[in-house]
Amino acid sequence: MTRIVLLGGGAGGSMVSNQLARQLKPEILHGDVEITVINESDQHVYQPYFLYMAFDQAVPADAHRPERSVLNRQVKLIVGHAERIDRSANKVLMGDGQEVPYDYLVIATGSVPDPDSIPGLSEGGQTFYTEAGALKLRDALRDFQGGRIVVTVGVPHKCPVAPLEFTLMVHDWLKAHDLGDKSEVVYTYPIGRLHSLEPVAEWANQVFPQRGIQSQTFFNVETVDPHQKTLTSLEGETLAYDLLVAIPPHKGQDLIGRSELGDAGNWVPTDRHTLQMQGADNIYVLGDATNLPISKAGSTAHFEADVVAANISNRVHGGNGSLRYDGKVFCFIETGNDQATYIKFDYQHPPQPQAPSELIHLYKLAFNKMYWLSAAGIL
Amino acid sequence: MPEIKVVDARGSFCPGPLMELIKGIRQESVGTILEVWSSDRGSAKDIPEWVLKAGHAVVENREDEGFFKIQVQKMR
Repeated sequence: MTRIVLLGGGAGGSMVSNQLARQLKPEILHGDVEITVINESDQHVYQPYFLYMAFDQAVPADAHRPERSVLNRQVKLIVGHAERIDRSANKVLMGDGQEVPYDYLVIATGSVPDPDSIPGLSEGGQTFYTEAGALKLRDALRDFQGGRIVVTVGVPHKCPVAPLEFTLMVHDWLKAHDLGDKSEVVYTYPIGRLHSLEPVAEWANQVFPQRGIQSQTFFNVETVDPHQKTLTSLEGETLAYDLLVAIPPHKGQDLIGRSELGDAGNWVPTDRHTLQMQGADNIYVLGDATNLPISKAGSTAHFEADVVAANISNRVHGGNGSLRYDGKVFCFIETGNDQATYIKFDYQHPPQPQAPSELIHLYKLAFNKMYWLSAAGIL
Repeated sequence: MPEIKVVDARGSFCPGPLMELIKGIRQESVGTILEVWSSDRGSAKDIPEWVLKAGHAVVENREDEGFFKIQVQKMR
């Protein structure tokens, strides 16, 4: 029997397992293949809703479904804490002592915000990059009486357009709550322009002055003083804030570190085309968990999932698994004023700008509902 | 001579080579040399600009085999 084990039941792990369950259905029914997902929680969480939760436009129930209901019924689910990957023995060791052997392992463990890597940030800052943080920020915005909101962006981070979206949406929110005249919004970004994608940066360069949003580039927050309400960058700039909204630097899961499979940030060294862990023939990596220089976003995991599932399925059928990932990424971008745009690119093709429209905004809202079909491996 | 860690950011439009360097600088120890590979000509200018602001050092900046290799040492 061929045992395929997927670590992580988020977007990437769920998509790969569901695609494999369809592609290998006869083999599973015949008892020749077994697919197992290991997930820490019994819930599947659609993280893009966190942004909307911060503005009280969504609640946790909108973002949650039981992981079991997301997975094909031919896929086994183990809910529990994975302690270590034993690569030499080809098995995953669980916290309760259980051992889960594999012939193919798919690492889809994602990334986590690490606010404690910036002194003072946990105490002095808010974030919408976790569900608990988004709800706390929602209440802080409810109680906000006006003043300076600073949005600061750490490196690396997932969902790279969300900081810009939040900035435009909070500006709208202040106006809608009659706080526009006694508030200011300051956006800081780590590199020398307003976004890593040049067309997006050029667009923001026009929109920010029109809307009265201030910005500071080359700003990598190094410390936060929660008592003085200031943040200081490693480039030596200090800014005062009344409400600090931070996108903390992210790291890979501690499981990767405990298993000694990652670099210093717990990112797994991954071949950019085959998506195999470097030096490992039977381990595939996708989504935020890789060390690849591409956006950590759900769409990245989606396009990678197609490649990983096709190659494992092909190899089970006797092939070499030769399909290559081309670096494709697609992102919607909320631009405020009930409009949105999108951008796509890959390793060879730079992004091209698209004009924002209400229709794209409506499509993004619709996609938030359709996501569950993607996770099911259907869309 | 410290070990040189390669950051292969060729074809990276988002987060891009500079952001990949910042990630590497954040997670490596002082003294480490990171060599960023970039297919974007702009990196040869914007990486040294940030390195200067952030108090690190450019060790080497060259075009080689059709892409750019910029070595940066973490100084603090």
